[in-house]
Amino acid sequence: MKQNTATWFKSGAPWVWGSAATVSISLLMVVSLLIMLTMRGFGHFWPSEVIEIERPAGNTFGERKQVEEVPAQRLRDMGMVLPDSVEFVARRLMKTGNRDITGQDFYWVLEKELESANVPAEVVVLERREWGNFYGRLRSVKESGVVVVSDDVYAELEKRLTRSSELFSEIEEIEKHQIGAINYSMEKLRLKKRALELKGALDSEAQEELRAERAELQNGYGSYQKQLRELYQAIKRDSLEIETADGKIVEQSLKTIVRAYQPNQMSLVEKVAFYFEKLGEFVGDDPREANTEGGIFPAIFGTIMMVFLMSLLVTPLGVIAAIYLREYAKQGFLTRVIRIAVNNLAGVPSIVYGIFGLGFFVYFLGGNIDRIFYPEALPAPTFGTPGLMWAALTLAILTMPVVIVSTEEGLSRVPKAIREGSLALGATKAETLWRTVIPMASPSIMTGMILAIARAAGEVAPLMLVGVVKLAPTLPLDGNYPFLHLDRKFMHLGFHIYDVGFQSPNVEAARPLVYATALLLVVVIVILNLAAISIRNRLREKYKALEH
Amino acid sequence: MNLETKKVLLAVDDPAMVRLRDRRMFKDGLVRRMMGVGGVGVVVAIMLIFFYLLYEVYPLLDSAEMERSSEYSLSIAPTDKTLDYLLDEQVELAFRYGDSGEILAFSLETGAVESRFNLPIPEGVSISSYTNSGVEGALAAVGLSDGSVIIFQPEFKVSFPNDVRKITAALSYPLGEAPIFISDNHAELKKLAFQSNEDGTTLVGWQGGEVLSLLRLEIEESMMDDELTLERYEAVVDQTLGNIDYLLLDEQQRNLYIANKKGVLHEYAVSDLDEIEGPDKTQLTVEGEQLTSLKFLTGYLSLLAGNDNGEVSQWFHARDEQGVSKLRRIRSFASENGEVTVIAVEHFRKGFVALGKKGELGLYHTTAQQELLIEKVAEGPLYHMVIAPRANALLLEGVNGKLQLWHVENEHPEVSWHSLWEEVWYESYDKPEHLWQSSSSSDDFEPKFSLTPLAFGTLKAAFYAMLVAVPIAILGAIYTAYFMAPRLRQVVKPTIEIMEALPTVILGFLAGLWLAPALEDNLAGVFSLLIILPVGILFFSWFWQRLPRKVQDLVAEGWQPLLIFPVVMFLGWLSFALSQPVEAVFFGGDIRNWLTNDMGIPFDQRNSIVVGVAMGFAVIPTIFSMTEDAVFSVPKHLTFGSLALGATPWQTMTKVVILTASPGIFSAVMIGFGRAVGETMIVLMATGNTPIMDFSIFQGMRTLAANIAVEMPEAEVASTHFRILFLAALVLFGFTFIFNTAAEVIRQRLRDKYSSL
Repeated sequence: MKQNTATWFKSGAPWVWGSAATVSISLLMVVSLLIMLTMRGFGHFWPSEVIEIERPAGNTFGERKQVEEVPAQRLRDMGMVLPDSVEFVARRLMKTGNRDITGQDFYWVLEKELESANVPAEVVVLERREWGNFYGRLRSVKESGVVVVSDDVYAELEKRLTRSSELFSEIEEIEKHQIGAINYSMEKLRLKKRALELKGALDSEAQEELRAERAELQNGYGSYQKQLRELYQAIKRDSLEIETADGKIVEQSLKTIVRAYQPNQMSLVEKVAFYFEKLGEFVGDDPREANTEGGIFPAIFGTIMMVFLMSLLVTPLGVIAAIYLREYAKQGFLTRVIRIAVNNLAGVPSIVYGIFGLGFFVYFLGGNIDRIFYPEALPAPTFGTPGLMWAALTLAILTMPVVIVSTEEGLSRVPKAIREGSLALGATKAETLWRTVIPMASPSIMTGMILAIARAAGEVAPLMLVGVVKLAPTLPLDGNYPFLHLDRKFMHLGFHIYDVGFQSPNVEAARPLVYATALLLVVVIVILNLAAISIRNRLREKYKALEH
Repeated sequence: MNLETKKVLLAVDDPAMVRLRDRRMFKDGLVRRMMGVGGVGVVVAIMLIFFYLLYEVYPLLDSAEMERSSEYSLSIAPTDKTLDYLLDEQVELAFRYGDSGEILAFSLETGAVESRFNLPIPEGVSISSYTNSGVEGALAAVGLSDGSVIIFQPEFKVSFPNDVRKITAALSYPLGEAPIFISDNHAELKKLAFQSNEDGTTLVGWQGGEVLSLLRLEIEESMMDDELTLERYEAVVDQTLGNIDYLLLDEQQRNLYIANKKGVLHEYAVSDLDEIEGPDKTQLTVEGEQLTSLKFLTGYLSLLAGNDNGEVSQWFHARDEQGVSKLRRIRSFASENGEVTVIAVEHFRKGFVALGKKGELGLYHTTAQQELLIEKVAEGPLYHMVIAPRANALLLEGVNGKLQLWHVENEHPEVSWHSLWEEVWYESYDKPEHLWQSSSSSDDFEPKFSLTPLAFGTLKAAFYAMLVAVPIAILGAIYTAYFMAPRLRQVVKPTIEIMEALPTVILGFLAGLWLAPALEDNLAGVFSLLIILPVGILFFSWFWQRLPRKVQDLVAEGWQPLLIFPVVMFLGWLSFALSQPVEAVFFGGDIRNWLTNDMGIPFDQRNSIVVGVAMGFAVIPTIFSMTEDAVFSVPKHLTFGSLALGATPWQTMTKVVILTASPGIFSAVMIGFGRAVGETMIVLMATGNTPIMDFSIFQGMRTLAANIAVEMPEAEVASTHFRILFLAALVLFGFTFIFNTAAEVIRQRLRDKYSSL
């Protein structure tokens, strides 16, 4: 139906369209955010082409990173010569690596200068344990300082790299696990001695016993040290010579290299394989180089541990509180007030929970626990310092309202007739609850728990105060008795994003990893939420059936 | 009924049945009790948060207290007049300097003299003046009647024999035991001031007459060997004040102040002895008042002047309207205690104690501008009062020579309503300001605990977030609830819920690392978007209704968002593509330059636009869901009635639905606002976190929540800073709690209203 413009305006139709547009805007925001995260997060692991850039100071190899348009004037102010007619120029960030030689590993190049750049097939990328990537042409492989191979170097390098990687993981195994365990036992012994001392029970017999134990540990330590020395000797054997784009020849020991690859020669299959290898490393390995390279396994593990402990705490407590409020408490003004208060707590800023956790749990409870149970470790705090347990407890309180509200909703949806039926058949109230009401409300309890987990997994602000660190030397779960160390600090995905993205010395290098971490976190949380939503929807269907 | 069932169905009074029933009843009762305990426990635990925050904040409100812990005479009664006392940090031991050159170290608990020292005063010479280097250094000096000076260093040595702390007294002479002549004039030193630091020592003496003698001693290492020699630099200053009653030198050995009882103060700059500047003259008292005491506040930036009306005023250098730096009267503390006889200054805080002639003392804090306590300590005037280094004790010498030790409980004097919320004139600032600067490397730093800029930043961030979120969320929710096709709604709602669940750390990270630079580069695009988007959509919808019916029917009612989705995308792209031409045409090619240079508007990369968009993103789903709920549950018969009477859908919407649902929408906005106020990670990452009081959209802010996250890990437990951060948390808690409760109550009312309709 065609209307004239005035009536059309009067009918308010433009407003309807406007409001429809706001829905589109919201959707567009969410979708584009997810797409951007996905592209940047997943794109990071794909091996990108390495090109040779000509620079006045000497050529370099580099990988293409993002492009930006800048006003030409700004570049002119920086001293760049540009034709007057140009107002905006595109420039691209190049990752040039070789930070130990050039002092910087990123470089802005004008996009049009890249058009003529050549793609040398033989260029090799070395991923190193320190100093970031190295780009260059292989020259030779050396053994104990003597050149052994100087043609088809890449094949030889791969062979020798396998050996050095194996040695490296052996060293790591000994350093981290065996020696770590010995250090842990040593510390335990020291605390035991101090505890005896405090009790005044440190007689010569006990001392002798402690000394014997210590000697045994020392013994073990000595033998590991010997093994380590040998391994270090072995891993030092090989090195390679590599030439940078401007012709500088650099020697690199193989022990510093994680992997070497020739991106410009890779076939698609190889690229895919490489991609998944990197992805695996990202999920399963420890971080390197101040968290800007390597994996995020400790952060994933820490997040899961904390969330797991939190749900162990929050689910029973939240459910009990909800059952009490809904089934046992006398409904009246007071329960109404409590319900509003609980509801509101969901809206209290999370940082408030954080400061509460720090003050009450860590300093007050933890401090007292230390005084009573761990006097031997003082003045070094055991529980009187931020740690896994306090983080889980703080988040449990933070997510409690979610569980309570959700459970209450579930309980209120259970038709009265079912309760009355059960009671009429002679069941006690507890039996009714246990046998009929709770099972029927269980999906909403599940929903509450999932939402609580999703919230806890994404929450960072309170954790910054109660136990998260940027780099935890040990996982909260390991092979040393008592296996689960609730007092340890831990790493967390959300905090990892904040820390690496904002506190890292080399933000540019860390950025792709942060996107990948963010993507992982979003995926986990979206899955959890979708699960909660679908459970809730199914639940609604179920009750609809019950009501008729 | 066969035999078997009979066996199963026991009689009601059968013992086994009774046992079973008892057990069940017991279980039931147990569960009831457990649930009661558990439920109440959880609820109490949650309430605990509030009380705990209060408990941590409460000491801030606690007023100061003091009580006399002992009164005694020294075990060896001194025969000379007291020059000064000095207390150790643990309040166990003290020194007394007498004007005969005798120095006693005594136990503060009992007055038992533990050691005695005698200053190496030459025969026939007596002490004519005394000074100490001020509050922190325990260095002291006596001027002698022959114009020489002895500088001595009383020390408290702490040792741990048998794991018990023991403090012993010692005395040393950092510049040697031999008296140092301040000039060639060997007349009696009537007034003396000195300061010492690693660079050297400056002594200023007044020997009567119209000159002041200055002497700088510098320890110099010889180039040839490591021998240390003492170099002397002398200078003479002409003074026109006449009789000098107060002589003060600051720790930097830069400013020399002389003053007389009439309140006339002359100030000299003496950092270079060859070029002494001055005097700058200031009148510290008004007509008819006498200056009775003059002291440095800790930090040596402020002077405290006490007069005979019992008033103490604080003076420091600040620029006036003409930009001239001069000593200005900043604030004053009046009292009814009579003439100020002694002022004792705290060592590490900007507090002081003033003793009045009537025997009453007042505890004050300068920054907080508050009188903390007035206490009667004697019947008449006292002339000796020292404060312990930690400001937890005071030693007073009574008229009869008896010593009183008072314990002072004064944990958080720097907090007052004034210092937290009002403009405070801080040292080295030219006018009163709202500032938050909680810590610094130096000890005598004046902490600036104004919560106002933080609260302001919080509201600013929330305001810009709401500016973005409210229109989008409310219009979107109205459409979703009222116009949208149910099938589309089933997709949109979960998407919005996912949006709500996105961790804020991710939004903050994207805002800080991606959005902020992107917006900076396309600033013109952002503003053109604000015009292009509405106009473009209007134009498109007009164009659409002009199309033939057949085409219009391709998109069913309630599916408009899908149709308009590409349009929005296109318009967004268009605005950003136009960004550069717009910049080139209107802003000389670089809008940032234009803003800062032509308009004089400071520009931060992480500014309020970034926060507004990012936090708006976080708040949209909250407002959206609740508004949608409120609009959707408006009873259908109302809208049908309106439509039946011939109103268009939009007219029904605005005249019927929104009016009915308005309390719900209002409460949604309130809850959204509450969320924006408490959001931490986004502001932490997307702003520069500078606590400024500027509403400019191109600048950042620091919010209460972000401030807690940044500073809490470094705050010393139980310090004022720590408690103020708890106060900030309490403010946040209270604010959101009130907002949420109000919103919740409104919503419940609304629900009741709907059910009655």
